Amino acid sequence: MTSATDPSQPVFRLEMLITDTRYRGITFQIIAFFAFVLLFGWMAWNAAQNLAALGQNISYGFLGEQAGYDINQKLIPFVSTDTHLRAAFVGILNTLLVAFLGCVTATILGVFVGVARLSKNWLVAKLMSGYVEIFRNVPVLIWILIIFSVMSNALPAPNAFRGEDPAASMVMGAIAFTNRGVYIPRPLWEPGSAIVVAVFLLSILSIFALRRYAIKRLFDTGQETPVLPLSLALLFVPTLLAFFLLGRPIGIEYPELRGFNFQGGVQVFGSLIGLWFALALYTGAFIAENVRAGIMAVSKGQTEAAAALGMRPGRIMRLVILPQALRVIIPPLISQYLNLTKNTSLAAAVGYMDITGTLGGITLNQTGRSFEAILLLMLFYLIISLSIAGIMNLYNNAVKLKER
Amino acid sequence: MKTGTARCRPGSTKWTIRGNEDMKKTVLLGAVAAAGLAGAAASAQTLAAVQDRGALNCGISTGLVGFASQDSNGEWQGFDVAVCRAVAAAVLGDPSAVNFTPTTNQVRFEVLNSGDIDMLARNTTWTFSRDVDLKLEFAGINYYDGQGFMVPAALAVTSALELDTATVCIQAGTTTELNLADFFRVNGMTYQPVPITTASEAQQQYLAGTCDVYTTDASGLAATRAAFEDPSAHVILPEIISKEPLGPLVRHGDNEWGDVVRWTLNALIAAEELGVTSANIDELAQGTDNPEINRLLGTEGSLGAMLGLSDDWALNAIKAGGNYGEIFERHIGTSTPIGLSRGLNAQWTEGGLLYAPPFR
Repeated sequence: MTSATDPSQPVFRLEMLITDTRYRGITFQIIAFFAFVLLFGWMAWNAAQNLAALGQNISYGFLGEQAGYDINQKLIPFVSTDTHLRAAFVGILNTLLVAFLGCVTATILGVFVGVARLSKNWLVAKLMSGYVEIFRNVPVLIWILIIFSVMSNALPAPNAFRGEDPAASMVMGAIAFTNRGVYIPRPLWEPGSAIVVAVFLLSILSIFALRRYAIKRLFDTGQETPVLPLSLALLFVPTLLAFFLLGRPIGIEYPELRGFNFQGGVQVFGSLIGLWFALALYTGAFIAENVRAGIMAVSKGQTEAAAALGMRPGRIMRLVILPQALRVIIPPLISQYLNLTKNTSLAAAVGYMDITGTLGGITLNQTGRSFEAILLLMLFYLIISLSIAGIMNLYNNAVKLKER
Repeated sequence: MKTGTARCRPGSTKWTIRGNEDMKKTVLLGAVAAAGLAGAAASAQTLAAVQDRGALNCGISTGLVGFASQDSNGEWQGFDVAVCRAVAAAVLGDPSAVNFTPTTNQVRFEVLNSGDIDMLARNTTWTFSRDVDLKLEFAGINYYDGQGFMVPAALAVTSALELDTATVCIQAGTTTELNLADFFRVNGMTYQPVPITTASEAQQQYLAGTCDVYTTDASGLAATRAAFEDPSAHVILPEIISKEPLGPLVRHGDNEWGDVVRWTLNALIAAEELGVTSANIDELAQGTDNPEINRLLGTEGSLGAMLGLSDDWALNAIKAGGNYGEIFERHIGTSTPIGLSRGLNAQWTEGGLLYAPPFR
């Protein structure tokens, strides 16, 4: 290899692009890049040609036109006279809502099941592996349909709550489980409620401060602080005091049966519940396997060493094993989050109005702008997936083994 | 070639390009083209393509009793299917030379525009934007419909104006959801839409009680109700909230093919008006005193040649399933479980709206 650095060597010749290993890699990369650009360019050209041959043009003008249809679940106000663009935003928020709920639930479920699957208790371990195998090996669309149809067939219709001696009644007089969804009470924010909420948030912050203080005190003086009772007191007492001193500014609106449906309160739609649970249970099974793999990747010596220090099993798991396992768990977890987010596009199966249902469904059909709508959809899913991956990569960098 | 049975869209099979000269031959990269955009804009050559293929590719609904559904032998039957068969008979002389492609509401226009099917006969409402903006060509109207509501009889609702706060099941991707939004808004009522992709799933949701009301075209409601276990437990409300002229359609830009479909439909309608039925057609085809019947059946003049078809094109079309009235009675008429009366769909001479232009 000395000759490679010899300055007297002949300089670059064209065939060295292929024959010389120093340049070959770059050559092929450039060729592949141009082939890739050409392929996509040709596809775009072909699409434009075909659209032109059909006498159609590419135009996003439809986004500003009146949508004309209604959406059942809307996180921002929407009426049928609003634009297609706003309908798309309603859909985006619905997608993000179910993706967020699904990711959180799947993570909690996955960590719990992954840990429990390694339990020494035979029954627990087998139950958990049963759950993992059942949910992992049946397509998620089937689970969505199963959970949704169980809900719509097993739960009573709002009609059953009617009359003197109704066939169904509300749980604790406040929550109605119907085949159209679950109706729960809604808080009514009256003047002064902001202060109560602020007090509550401050209490939570002070609980964190208390924990830090307790640890510092333990390290400095060796004295323990009764964290749990103090935390509970901090959580409830100031908020309740503020609530009553300000004259109960937060009321509750109960759902009640009016007309064909329950009115008032918050309706958690059956389609949302079906989609959310199905995605969480399905992805949770995969996350459980990631968690199990992560835990098993941590050397047994770590457990034994922690046990030798006198730590109890729960603390060993929480303080020794899981932090190390996270390094193995996080990267595949990212792709599970991405899968779950993209799987929300199966919402159409149960009539949940996500972005695929509004922009890629009704808007597409009503305007006929399929090409434009699908491109927008792709862009949205790309952005949201890259964002999730970016955030999770930041987290991964935070927990990964620090090499110095 | 399988005929008379459902055939899915060709996935990886040969990618035929029916287009004009300047369109690039992209057969080699057909699979990639499919990823970009189904690349086959047909213009002016559909008739030749159908004749070369020896079969008509016809898009129908995924299953609506009376309009398009498979019988116990797997054969497609129904009011819309009959239009496909009549066109196949007119063009090819064989009413069974049809490849049926069931399409959902969402993809029907794509499938038509991509060239996978030659015509679409699928309860499709003729609207301005579909005709003009989507570059489709409606060949006529084979059923004058309107949007209605069906509710369980147990709800004791007698008018659509009593539906405030109701949950309504609709088929996504149709004109019905727009009419519905307008109807409730104009009448100051609120409702919850439950958009469902296919008719059968919408029916299940309705029967499970996840919605109070099912809305679609009145003919569709009648067909749906007929398929229920206990049709009498459901009532169709008297209000019709929209005009829904349903008809077969073809791609924009191929006027010759559009004429074939349009005049085949007109031939079926005119045949009923002129008293030509499947029972007497062979006798009438020998020649009659009525010049219009003679021109229709090809014994006088050369209307078939003008269309680029044989002179007995209309004869074949009518023989395929009878005239319009016979098709109506067989599939959706009062003697069928669907039990629709002619109403607006009677001949103009009977007080209806059917009016075929003269065959001259």
